[in-house]
Amino acid sequence: MVRKIATREGYGNALAEFGGDKRIVVMDSDLSKSTKTDTFKKKYPERFFNMGIAEASMMSVAAGIATCGKVVFASSFAVFASGRAFDQVRNSICYPELNVKIGASHAGITVGEDGGTHQSIEDIAIMRALPNMVVISPADAVEARHAVKAAIEYDGPVYLRLGRLAVPVIFDEDSYSFELGKGITLSEGKDVAIIATGLMVNTALEAKELLEKEGISARIINIHTIKPIDSDIILKAAKETGAIVTAEEHSIIGGLGSAVAEVLGQNFPVPLKMVGVEDRFGKSGKPDKLLEMYGLTASNILSKAKEAIKMKR
Amino acid sequence: MAISKQQSNRLKKYATLIRRHIIDETFHAASGHPGGSLSCSDIMAVLYFNEMRLDPQNPAWEDRDRFVLSKGHCAPALYAALAEKGFFPREDLITFRHIDSYLEGHPNMRTVPGVDMSTGSLGQGISAAVGMAIAGKLDKKDYRVYTLLGDGEIQEGQVWESCMAAAHYKLDNLVAILDYNGLQIDGKITEVLSPEPIEEKFTAFGWKVISINGHDYSQIIDGLAEAKRSKGKPTMIIARTTKGKGVSFMENAAGWHGTAPDREQRDKAMSELDEVLAKLEVE
Repeated sequence: MVRKIATREGYGNALAEFGGDKRIVVMDSDLSKSTKTDTFKKKYPERFFNMGIAEASMMSVAAGIATCGKVVFASSFAVFASGRAFDQVRNSICYPELNVKIGASHAGITVGEDGGTHQSIEDIAIMRALPNMVVISPADAVEARHAVKAAIEYDGPVYLRLGRLAVPVIFDEDSYSFELGKGITLSEGKDVAIIATGLMVNTALEAKELLEKEGISARIINIHTIKPIDSDIILKAAKETGAIVTAEEHSIIGGLGSAVAEVLGQNFPVPLKMVGVEDRFGKSGKPDKLLEMYGLTASNILSKAKEAIKMKR
Repeated sequence: MAISKQQSNRLKKYATLIRRHIIDETFHAASGHPGGSLSCSDIMAVLYFNEMRLDPQNPAWEDRDRFVLSKGHCAPALYAALAEKGFFPREDLITFRHIDSYLEGHPNMRTVPGVDMSTGSLGQGISAAVGMAIAGKLDKKDYRVYTLLGDGEIQEGQVWESCMAAAHYKLDNLVAILDYNGLQIDGKITEVLSPEPIEEKFTAFGWKVISINGHDYSQIIDGLAEAKRSKGKPTMIIARTTKGKGVSFMENAAGWHGTAPDREQRDKAMSELDEVLAKLEVE
């Protein structure tokens, strides 16, 4: 049986684990049970601040605290952290390059039943457009833990994209190593490269097996840091496989697919197909049914991979 | 408490120097916001030359009092005060808003020595000040945090979010000052979108509210002293001011919110301000 843990759980546990560092301050906007910052709150109540349902205020207050030498984690749902508080993230955090980490949970359509208003499908696009912002999208709880550690060590704004849904743990805690801005090749392949982020990394690994059955050798690359993007690993894959498929639980406009397209288009254009949310809002439903409805499946990656390979000259 | 003539004249001198710099900065930039900068000049003079614990030689001093200009467009007033205090050369002021200058159109904490927070998007500065006050409490520091808001600025919902937080966390190390000049870009605040009744709103939000004349040095000093004595809640000083104060043709004219003086207007403003300085010399 595969062990399943949500990346938000990994986030909350890591905050509590590394919270002994007295510089760390955690803030939430009335969602601490959902974002899992309550795990930190229970251990270090004196350094936890609930800002109420006031995300805009929370982001600028976090910035003010950060000017005093603190490492501040400010949490909310991704849709509010990146959307409602955008101007505050831009002008209070990114412009002065302050040490605030945004823990944005409930990203993507796997929020499920809450529906389209709460399913952030554009946060990567918005956040990566901001100068000075680092954007991290962990694939599982192990990677989320390491992402939190890296965010603490990095001096500057970081956006951590986290999910609500429990997803398979694909990394081994003992052997996993995280380097900010570096993608990870999970398996080699020569016909096509599948570049994925977040929960779609596991889906890409499933797609690899489907592709193998059809005699196609696919390379699987995990991009946990969407900004700064690892151009080297993308260009190497383009040169060695000649076809790329991106996979993300995010709009195909402005997300990982776009980031990869920017690298390829300017350096080494090869056929590129994108698996993601195709310019529409999410809706209510069970997460697994939604993934199917929106084409975020191994079988869709399979067909997009075959299309990309066909486009090779 | 009445202050001595000497102290009053000293503050009047600094306020007038700040006003001169504001005129020069905006004239050389051919842009900027003189009206609201002039209305808060007396408050800035008291903060920087009577109230705050600062070390111009060590702008990042951990124990310094903090100041956040929430109405960031009044950067000319802040830069003038910082230059007079010795954070950077006065001569640099006329490079304000120029492409090769560190004096950005709105305060930039990364480029300007003495600026504690980058501001400009209204409503965000008071929130950052709340954050600094929270950090001060966490670290058991005795520094105080000051922030200056515009009266139009309090139309921003974020101001009230942070006011709730400041009262909730009992931030008695925080003092906000409202530059209540009654005008915003589009006209009178009461006609654009009235924030009245202002005193009652802040009181209802759990703040200690003190109303003063924002051009009367002893009232500003007393207000700040009263804020220091108040425990368990943040203080809002509502300072009634005149937009464009100190330059006759700029006073009470919304048009001077975001318009720079031309050479003739600059010269006229300067001669008025020089007259004030000359009078102070005689006294």
